[in-house]
Amino acid sequence: MADLSIDFAGIKSPNPFWLASAPPTNTGDQVMRAFDAGWGGAVWKTLGNPIVNVSSRFGGIDYGNTRMMGLNNIELITDRPLEVNLREIREVKRRYPNHAVITSLMVETKEEWKEIIQRAEEAGSDGHELNFGCPHGMCERGMGSAVSSEPKVLREIASWAVEFATKPVIVKLSPNVTDIVEPGEAVLESKAHGISLINTIKSIMGIDLDRMVPLPRVGDASTNGGYCGPAVKPVALHMVGELTRHPYIAKLPISGIGGISNWRDAAEFIALGCTSVQVCTAVMHYGYRIVEDMIEGLNDFLDSKGMKSVLELRGRAAPQYKNWGELDLGYRVVADISTDKCIGCQLCYVACMDGAHQCIHLPGRTEEQARKAGHTHIPKLIPDRAVTAKGGTPGARVPFVDEEECIGCNLCQLVCPVSGCITMKEVASDKPHETWDDRVQRGADFVPGGLHVTEMERAKRNG
Amino acid sequence: MTHHSPHIPDVEGDRLEVLYEDKKPPYEGAEAIAEANRCLYCVDAPCIKACPTAIDIPTFIRKIGTGNVKGAARTILTQNLLGKSCGQVCPVEVLCAGACVYNDWNRDPIKIGRLQRYAVETALAEDPQLFKPKAPTGKRVALVGAGPASIAAAGWLALEGHEVAIYEKKLLPGGLNTLGIAPYKMKVEEALTEITWVLSLGNVELYQGVEIVPVSGSPEEVSVATLLQQYDAVLLGLGLGPDSRLKIPGEDGGGVVGATHLIERLKADPTLRFKGVDRAIIVGGGNTAVDVAHELALLGIDATMVYRGGDHELSAYEHELASGRVDGMKVLCERSPVAVLRDNIGKVTGVRVIRTEDKKPVPGTEEDLRADLVVVAVGQSRATEVARSFPGVELDTRGRVIVDPKTHRTGNPKVWSAGDCVNGGKEVVNAVAEAKIAVTSMHAFLMGAEMGAEKGVGA
Ligand SMILES: Cc1cc2nc3c(=O)[nH]c(=O)nc-3n(C[C@H](O)[C@H](O)[C@H](O)COP(=O)(O)OP(=O)(O)OC[C@H]3O[C@@H](n4cnc5c(N)ncnc54)[C@H](O)[C@@H]3O)c2cc1C
Ligand SMILES: Cc1cc2nc3c(=O)[nH]c(=O)nc-3n(C[C@H](O)[C@H](O)[C@H](O)COP(=O)(O)O)c2cc1C
Ligand code: SF4
Ligand code: SF4
Ligand code: SF4
Repeated sequence: MADLSIDFAGIKSPNPFWLASAPPTNTGDQVMRAFDAGWGGAVWKTLGNPIVNVSSRFGGIDYGNTRMMGLNNIELITDRPLEVNLREIREVKRRYPNHAVITSLMVETKEEWKEIIQRAEEAGSDGHELNFGCPHGMCERGMGSAVSSEPKVLREIASWAVEFATKPVIVKLSPNVTDIVEPGEAVLESKAHGISLINTIKSIMGIDLDRMVPLPRVGDASTNGGYCGPAVKPVALHMVGELTRHPYIAKLPISGIGGISNWRDAAEFIALGCTSVQVCTAVMHYGYRIVEDMIEGLNDFLDSKGMKSVLELRGRAAPQYKNWGELDLGYRVVADISTDKCIGCQLCYVACMDGAHQCIHLPGRTEEQARKAGHTHIPKLIPDRAVTAKGGTPGARVPFVDEEECIGCNLCQLVCPVSGCITMKEVASDKPHETWDDRVQRGADFVPGGLHVTEMERAKRNG
Repeated sequence: MTHHSPHIPDVEGDRLEVLYEDKKPPYEGAEAIAEANRCLYCVDAPCIKACPTAIDIPTFIRKIGTGNVKGAARTILTQNLLGKSCGQVCPVEVLCAGACVYNDWNRDPIKIGRLQRYAVETALAEDPQLFKPKAPTGKRVALVGAGPASIAAAGWLALEGHEVAIYEKKLLPGGLNTLGIAPYKMKVEEALTEITWVLSLGNVELYQGVEIVPVSGSPEEVSVATLLQQYDAVLLGLGLGPDSRLKIPGEDGGGVVGATHLIERLKADPTLRFKGVDRAIIVGGGNTAVDVAHELALLGIDATMVYRGGDHELSAYEHELASGRVDGMKVLCERSPVAVLRDNIGKVTGVRVIRTEDKKPVPGTEEDLRADLVVVAVGQSRATEVARSFPGVELDTRGRVIVDPKTHRTGNPKVWSAGDCVNGGKEVVNAVAEAKIAVTSMHAFLMGAEMGAEKGVGA
């Protein structure tokens, strides 16, 4: 059993799994039920001056049979009186002294920040998360994501918070910026103690085509909301990666948020450099109970890798996140179809034909048929292998990858419905290990066959 | 006394069992994940309520989906230590999968049994040490019979740190789970592999070929008194007795055989062959009758079930009947056997039956059916006589051991009982569920007694 406990800028938590500031952390009752289920910490639903909410509030996007691949909301911060929230925070901390309770805060003026931080600390908060991320409603009032996109404002407000707080201050960033490093550096300058990201992404969920109103609908209109859930995980990972490879920002503890639904997602964020992770949508979908699998799965994973604590996993993958120019141009993989697993659906074939390099062939065709179908390179031998997989289509053939022509793009592997059927096999390459940056260095960053003006310009430069 | 623990002998030879293919073959990883992702992860899930051992099905299936297969196995095995067997042999159609929300929605229910088998097999292949036993308690428990009830109990007791001894009169452990399950569901070796794993969980001794008897007269027998004297607690997992008989003329002699006896030979006896058997008549209308008829039909034998009630009165599961019929087995209802017919050298030639109405014979309606083999599948007798020798243990009028259903404790405070000998004959999963109740109560007794003793010393 690995040690899952963490210390996030001084905030101690029995495990890295925190609930994100959102409906699952609306009330003390909920947070206590979540702690009972196994969550290590909770970022309370954002506190501030009371607001009013609309009905309805959420929109979902399905993919095939999968419900809520993405979720969007136009909800604001807490709609409960501040005093009620603070009383409940006090009660939760009294009953669960070893769990992390972090107060998410959003107010406007310096005086307001001072008062809310003091009152949150009096209630027993272990730390504060400054909500500079909410992309709807609040930003139009100069709060939330409006702050993330103004590094100067962010730095100023965050340094007030650092000044007033005795507990650690985490700044929660919005993904609705061009370059996440800018607000990241502003956090650094503010002397805040940690960063969490991402908050939700600006979005419109769809259109009600009968009423001609975007979704989610409030009466006869709608507005842009914040997008989250499994679909946003890649966006979140990228932004985390941008910060954890920054030489200075990387020194701050980071709480990863966005699309985390299971232990594997969590392990990925931690491997990219996060100290804790936060979850909202997956809990809104399935409930607090998902944490059992997260704890158990992470534990077993760490054991299987011989890691004694979750800290050993942190940042393991970060150094391998590089710029395109640093990638090895000599490295080569080709698709390899398992003849035992293929069920003969030919989805890889069509994907390669129309979306890649026309190097997957259907056995049993004459050369003429193959040319007519659109192949320009015909391998000498296309083995005619019958599908043998249990549950495979009788009579179907296993498609054939022409390894000479395969560019190793992964597409066929991505569309194949049978997991583990197509693997990308590393092959010896005739090219040396060389990156584009290497080529720039030795002046070989030029590929012939382009525009005349470019070639002329180059010839002139080279004398 | 033959002492084989924990080694279990290999089953040898060309047993007919090996000819059968799994009707529900093990999932490949990709298949399992695809199926797992179909599960809705219901709350207050009907499938859990339909499982006698209350396995948290949505949780274990979700864990398969997230790649946490070990966790899935833990979820299963904590509730049901024989989760692998149950995944293969449970009549899921009338249990968990029959209750899945997908049914009423006219979609295929989740293949819970196959996912369960996948999770346990995969996880144990990777890491058999999924559970660690607690420190030894110094308490000793004897289990009578090595059927699913006792095997499950043995594992759970061993994990609690108790010392366990199992006494089994046969040479192979596992009871009907090893020797009675239709070979297209599970084979002998698979049952034995699971038992070997359970026995490895802690301090468990298995005595094979040793019968517990009222008064011991040979080295292969241990008396009830010895058992009560040497152990702190006893579990009776006696199962059922030999096949009942028809009591009709011509029944005695070759060519007429009891159903469970025949299945046991089909699974474990390399000498069994069906030479010259083209037609078989199986008397009975329950699941055992269907199993035999189905097994024989799959060997190419013309197998007909003969049942005295009407079609709708057959007690066998509909899904088993349907599946057997697909494989060629026939069912003849409203017929009752009156005599087994034999030729002049005594070879079985058929069965004389009489038509029935409301299960009563209609005079003058006899007819002769041809057959080379007659299998009697009209129930099993009791094996509970020995239970009476435990002071305080009582049987009901149908020969079942009487227990308190909340604890599965008998009238003797040191004796518990579970499985077919208590419920009169249900499924493996019921035996496991009852064993779990018995173990919980037994463990409390064993630990409580200890604490009491300490208190006594201290006072
Ligand atoms: C033909 C057939 C097919 C079946 N198919 C299925 C199926 O597909 N799925 C399913 O879930 N269930 C099935 N069952 C039912 C299932 O096998 C039983 O419910 C289950 O095995 C009961 O377990 P048990 O431990 O109570 O008894 P048993 O499995 O009967 O085991 C009792 C053991 O105790 C031993 N024993 C008895 N008395 C003594 C003694 N005095 N001393 C020492 N040892 C003793 C016996 O030899 C036996 O090994 C089937 C049953 C039959 C007959
Ligand atoms: C309904 C809803 C309400 C939210 N409210 C808040 C909030 O009050 N404060 C905040 O910082 N983030 C809020 N969020 C954003 C989440 O905390 C989280 O950053 C985001 O949902 C991404 O994580 P996920 O993909 O796990 O949902 C809200 C999200 C949702 C869906
Ligand atoms: S989820 Fe609950 S609060 Fe939301 S619309 Fe449904 S019933 Fe109302
Ligand atoms: S997509 Fe996969 S399963 Fe389908 S034909 Fe290609 S390799 Fe076979
Ligand atoms: S009822 Fe069916 S869908 Fe729902 S949890 Fe159980 S197996 Fe899954």
